[in-house]
Amino acid sequence: MNILVLMKMVPDIVEELEIAPDGKSLDVEAVRPIVSERDDHALEQALLLKDKYGGTVTVLAIESRDVDEVLFTALAKGVDRAIKVATGEAILTAAEAAALLARVLPAAPNLMPVQLILTGCQAIDDLDGVVAPALAERLKLPYLGIVTGVEVEADGSRATVYKEYAGGTRGRYGVCLPAVLGVQAAPKPPRYVPVAKVRAAMKSRTLETVEAPAKEETSFLEIVAMTKPQETGHAEMLEGSPEEVASKVAEILSSRGLA
Amino acid sequence: MAGNIWVLAEHWRGRLSDLTPELLTLGRELAGGLGGGTKLEAVLLGHGAQGLAAALAADGVLSVDHAALAEPNPEASCIALAALIEQRKPQAILVPLSNVAADLIGLLPARLKIALVNFCRDVRVVDGRLEARCVLYGGKLEATVTVASAPAVIGVLPGSRPASAAPSAAPPVTEVPVELPGDLRVRFEAYVDPEPGDVDVTKQDVLVSVGRGIQTQDNISLAEELAEALGGAVSASRPVIDQGWLPLTRQVGKSGATVKPKLYLAAGISGAPEHVEGMKGAALIVAVNTDPQAPIFSVAHYGYAGDVLEFLPALTAAVKARKA
Amino acid sequence: MPDPSLTRYLAVPGWVGLWVLAAVAIGLFVRRVYQLVRVLLRGRGEVRWDHVPRRLVTAVTNVFFQRRLVEEPIIGVAHLAIFWAFVFFATSFWWNLVRGLLPFLPIPFSDDMPWMAYPMEILGALALLGIVVAAVRRYVFTPQGLERTWDASTVLGLIALLLVTFLVSQVAKGANASGLYLSMWWAHMATVLFFLAYIPYSKHVHLLASPFGVFFTSFKPGAMPAESEGASRLDEFTWRELFNGLACAECGRCERACPAHAAGFALSPKELVHKVKELVLGAVHAPAAPAAGSGAAAASSGPNGNGKPFVGDVVRAEEIWACTTCLACMTRCPVFNEHVPLVVEMRRHLVSQGEMEKRLQDVLVNLGRYGNSFGKSARTRASWTTGLDFPVRDARKEAVEYLWIVGDYASFDPRAQIVTRAAAQVFQRAGLDFGILHEAEQNAGNDVRRIGEEGLFGVLRDKNLKTLAGVRFQKIVTTDPHTYHVVKHEYAGNGGSSPNGVEVLHFAELLDRLLESGRLKVTTPVGRTVTYHDPCYLGRYNGVYDAPRRTLEALGARVVEMPRTRDEAACCGAGGGRIWMEDVAGIRERPAETRVKEAAGVRGVGTLVVGCPKDLVMFQDALKTTQLEGSLVVQDLAQLAEAASATVRSDAHVDA
Repeated sequence: MNILVLMKMVPDIVEELEIAPDGKSLDVEAVRPIVSERDDHALEQALLLKDKYGGTVTVLAIESRDVDEVLFTALAKGVDRAIKVATGEAILTAAEAAALLARVLPAAPNLMPVQLILTGCQAIDDLDGVVAPALAERLKLPYLGIVTGVEVEADGSRATVYKEYAGGTRGRYGVCLPAVLGVQAAPKPPRYVPVAKVRAAMKSRTLETVEAPAKEETSFLEIVAMTKPQETGHAEMLEGSPEEVASKVAEILSSRGLA
Repeated sequence: MAGNIWVLAEHWRGRLSDLTPELLTLGRELAGGLGGGTKLEAVLLGHGAQGLAAALAADGVLSVDHAALAEPNPEASCIALAALIEQRKPQAILVPLSNVAADLIGLLPARLKIALVNFCRDVRVVDGRLEARCVLYGGKLEATVTVASAPAVIGVLPGSRPASAAPSAAPPVTEVPVELPGDLRVRFEAYVDPEPGDVDVTKQDVLVSVGRGIQTQDNISLAEELAEALGGAVSASRPVIDQGWLPLTRQVGKSGATVKPKLYLAAGISGAPEHVEGMKGAALIVAVNTDPQAPIFSVAHYGYAGDVLEFLPALTAAVKARKA
Repeated sequence: MPDPSLTRYLAVPGWVGLWVLAAVAIGLFVRRVYQLVRVLLRGRGEVRWDHVPRRLVTAVTNVFFQRRLVEEPIIGVAHLAIFWAFVFFATSFWWNLVRGLLPFLPIPFSDDMPWMAYPMEILGALALLGIVVAAVRRYVFTPQGLERTWDASTVLGLIALLLVTFLVSQVAKGANASGLYLSMWWAHMATVLFFLAYIPYSKHVHLLASPFGVFFTSFKPGAMPAESEGASRLDEFTWRELFNGLACAECGRCERACPAHAAGFALSPKELVHKVKELVLGAVHAPAAPAAGSGAAAASSGPNGNGKPFVGDVVRAEEIWACTTCLACMTRCPVFNEHVPLVVEMRRHLVSQGEMEKRLQDVLVNLGRYGNSFGKSARTRASWTTGLDFPVRDARKEAVEYLWIVGDYASFDPRAQIVTRAAAQVFQRAGLDFGILHEAEQNAGNDVRRIGEEGLFGVLRDKNLKTLAGVRFQKIVTTDPHTYHVVKHEYAGNGGSSPNGVEVLHFAELLDRLLESGRLKVTTPVGRTVTYHDPCYLGRYNGVYDAPRRTLEALGARVVEMPRTRDEAACCGAGGGRIWMEDVAGIRERPAETRVKEAAGVRGVGTLVVGCPKDLVMFQDALKTTQLEGSLVVQDLAQLAEAASATVRSDAHVDA
């Protein structure tokens, strides 16, 4: 069973995000990249499937700042191959990334076909596209997103996939393989790999590189401005010690017949 | 002539979703703003779901009825919708950003090679074109985006507009036949509902909701004491549910329950959009978070920038003192 | 009196029988010792034979004077008597054995020499009394952690027997009862030979092993084991770590001292070492290397070779994670066993497998990524300084005399931030030339190391050292004992000296100097009765007990000690990374709760003074859960110092 996991870097929102001088884009220099959270779950789902069914897991990412450490960490977690698409760290929108991947994947040596392509079902910068379904369309593969569980048939032709709905309900779907799945969460949280193992991977493993064809199309969107969010309203902030505030709140509740 | 404005009338398990009437309000505004006879049409994909059409405040309803569309199926929905769009060429289709329609947001624009504008909090007509305000990076930044091409897929977040009321007269329904392949590669099998919990959070008048700020599973008892004193129940945001500290049935938010209690006390919840979606309809929202910049304070009515571990017992005591 | 070895019994001279007995007994003894040593040698190497003269002195003083044993006075004195009797009786035994085996030697029997006989009689009687005391303690007033095993009973019985047989033989000598004398002589000899053979087969092998354990002690009890991938199998522990099992007398002092055990966690240091003992004993007959194909199961099998993994099954993960590394166990252990390194080695193994609870995983990821356990952007590390009416200098830009390494909790936890500001205020008033690293400071890594994530520790340490290399400073000060310990001892290669060899001070030590020199003046003496909690990493780890007390007195506080003070101080429960872990179900009473109750129980005391931000946070939380908020207040030394040195009274205080 061969699985391909696609991972991408997004801005870490623990840090402050600055707007570039042109007022329309993110100040990329100030950005601290972090792997997209859903992609981490996709990786974990792939590793769990490998633990259970055997086979190989390949991770592929488009070149960007700090992506090497993510790839080595994946190798340390048990991934078999890590491939970087060399784009000279160009900034791509989600739609552009999907278009790029659709052309790169078939061309990468000894990569396709795979039974499953797993990646996060969405990322925080998916403004003009969502990579997972867009890639599925371009590769003409079936797609299901918001996935929280995957089981594969013995002959690798079909998967039973769980999709998350509201209120804790999940939908069970049958999906023909090969397919692209957009992962929301793996059944277990992403595993921890000690720093020593990542360092060891950096020394002993190599990242493969594939060249990227030139950027295909420009986005359909024109960003007019990028701003800090406008606040539509704000709570009345109560001041004081916990006891004082609690007393005020109790009074508010009482006036509304709630306490 | 520019095409119409479409709204994907989302429904699930027999009911229209809360987002659909909001999108219809938005769509009506946009159609009006574009002028030139632009109509607002609702698109209803389903199987035997025509009865829902009467509640849709649109000029017309395009209905696609097929057995494969009985339950959400991204493959079938995408094929059907794509065919519809190619035939009738709307200006834009507003799609709700919810778990049900989420896959379409990504599939549809890629299939038709048309524009997508995602995470929209607001859409307006500016200089005869559609301009959207989109939330990016978990709410940290907003982008104002012009949609230059048509058709365009517009993904809309909850809360963009108030819900439209059901029309006095049911809109005309046009059945559109669509060819779907017999061998769909994605097939719905069944729903897996969670074990019925002891508590139905959607039926509570008072919810004391805990987030990461509660820090440990033990501390949830502080919330339980307060909930008991107020005659309500404890609910939680996703991080607490993911830890396994409370059952799934207590989750409030996009993947959890949407609640409209009389009192929603957000204890240690940061206010990420996925959570806010599920509780912003509460009559009274009181939020406690050590971070005064937490997004929850934008949606709450009253806020306290303090430690929930101190506040919860204090409020329990204050409430009990009043009773005595 | 007749010569026992020449006397004939059924025409056979005594020495023949003695040869037979001795050969069997000594043969069994040597065989067993050899087997045990062979098992130990399967462990990894560790150098513990350096500084021999120092080791000899340590061994002699601790073994002969039984220093740690007399901490529990009654049994301590009894054990001392038994031990000294043993010294004389052992000497006498070998002497007599040689004389008995070689009757032609022109030497008397030991008990024919008054200078041996008298001490043996006196010590023998005292020892017998000691045995009675020990038996009563063990069987009637059984202390917690002490088990009544057949093995223990046998040993007590054998010792009693050999004492009694000797004493009766002396009585027989005095009464000229040669028959009684002979039978007692043989009974004694047979008992001792039996005892000799018995010891290495019994769990009382500690009688042999413990003096060596003391000799092979670590001179830095708080030090971490050398870098390793962790241990889950016998051959992954070092020989010294395995040796703990053999040296352990199962006295239970470690268990009685352990705060985790007292709280109801699954951990017992004694049980842990006992399991190591079982691992070693069980390996005596097991194959040295795993047979091909049998894989890890055989090599990691538990005591009965039943294939159960040592770490994870015999020793459960919850035991390993329960340790706070407070060092109480090792401080009390009379045979100088090293429990904490065992825990850390096993934690290293669990970490390498990624087997830890989610919350801990998240903390480690945050530490690696943001350099702090709170998951906050490094840029906010110095946000505690807002609220001060003066800027805190950036040591990266200006040279300073004192580099203040603030620490995670002191920087980010709102309650600890109050203390940090108070400390800054104190430094400012004393005219100290100090600065901080602002956002370049990373978690110092002490607890990361104790969690077993050596790789991450290395990353944090190296980042900090790199920053320090570009900073001009003369001394380091910190309010956090964990930071203090690791920077002082674990921050420059394996030599264990601080970066560039600079002096590292805890706030209490610096305050001591500032007060003594008059640089900080006390304007408003504290005027209260307080009690002081010795932080584990300042007290037991570094022996700093007096400076905080001197400073409290100098600040005008009256210090009254809690029942458990100085190196007996009871840990707050946060160390060893436990502050980053979830509460465990089934805890009777958290360590912090026990400690605040202890403080509240000291008459006249209304303030519990701490010297560590984690102590502050743990104890303040514990006040709430024990409902002692009205009776006791927890404050840091820095807060008292700030209040006592205030330049303007009333309003100008930094938030109390």
